[in-house]
Amino acid sequence: MVGHIVHTRLYILVFAGLIGLTALTTGVAFIDLGKWNTLAALAIAVCKASLVVLFFMHLRWSSGLMRMVLLAAFVWFAILVVLTLSDEFTRQWTPVPSNWQARMQQNIR
Amino acid sequence: MWVFLATEVMFFGGLFTAYIIYRNFYLSAFEAGSRLLNVKIGAANTAVLLCSSLTMALGVRAAQLGKKKLLITFLVLTLLLGLAFIGIKLGLEWRHDYLEGFAPGVNWTFHGPDSRHLELFFCFYFFLTGIHALHMLIGVGILTTLIIMAGRGRFSPQRYNPVEVSGLYWHFVDIVWIFLYPLLYLIGGRY
Repeated sequence: MVGHIVHTRLYILVFAGLIGLTALTTGVAFIDLGKWNTLAALAIAVCKASLVVLFFMHLRWSSGLMRMVLLAAFVWFAILVVLTLSDEFTRQWTPVPSNWQARMQQNIR
Repeated sequence: MWVFLATEVMFFGGLFTAYIIYRNFYLSAFEAGSRLLNVKIGAANTAVLLCSSLTMALGVRAAQLGKKKLLITFLVLTLLLGLAFIGIKLGLEWRHDYLEGFAPGVNWTFHGPDSRHLELFFCFYFFLTGIHALHMLIGVGILTTLIIMAGRGRFSPQRYNPVEVSGLYWHFVDIVWIFLYPLLYLIGGRY
């Protein structure tokens, strides 16, 4: 069951890319870009992770089933983050009726 | 293995989500905390881990080609790089953070208006890097087993699945660090 054998040169190239992106993300952190700093850091991290997954983990040459599993993992993670954050960010949207506060105090006692 | 790694994504995903929410609550404290970490050590450790991923990938390639000596060489190199990472992380960084008084609950000497929130950042820092280091230690155990198995000639181009699957695990732990490095060390900005 020999899988796809990757040329050593490609591995070295991917590795050089990973080191270059690490240097880039570190360098960008020293420049003030405002909100874009966070976005740049995460975008570079995603690029690096993609390089590792596609080449080091051979996903580029793997079957559709493997890709489905990885996709499922990310979909579940996205559900976790999106639903949690949508709860956090919208809690203040509906005002709490003023008499509720007093009632809740009574219930606690 | 891919399915196991998917569950691991959820395992770390919960922690990452908690981190996102608290960072959103206490942005300034999290940025200040991030600046207190040593970015040089963080970057160096990232490079060490990326090197270990390269040697692991080359190890799997050696196994595919049935080159026993080359396989053992690359596995030993991966093991040493992994140990170097853990050594730098625990021996150098954690020790330094502890002595500086940035260890919540054990040695916390920082006093200021944001002290409690900063403590929370360092809780995340120690927990996330700790869980990651634990994964590394498990990886070290797996690599040791692989080296012994390879020494006994258990692998051939027809049967190298344990090497391939362990490689996937090792690369996954590398990916977790790829996200931890910017989230913990860089997100505060260094300007």
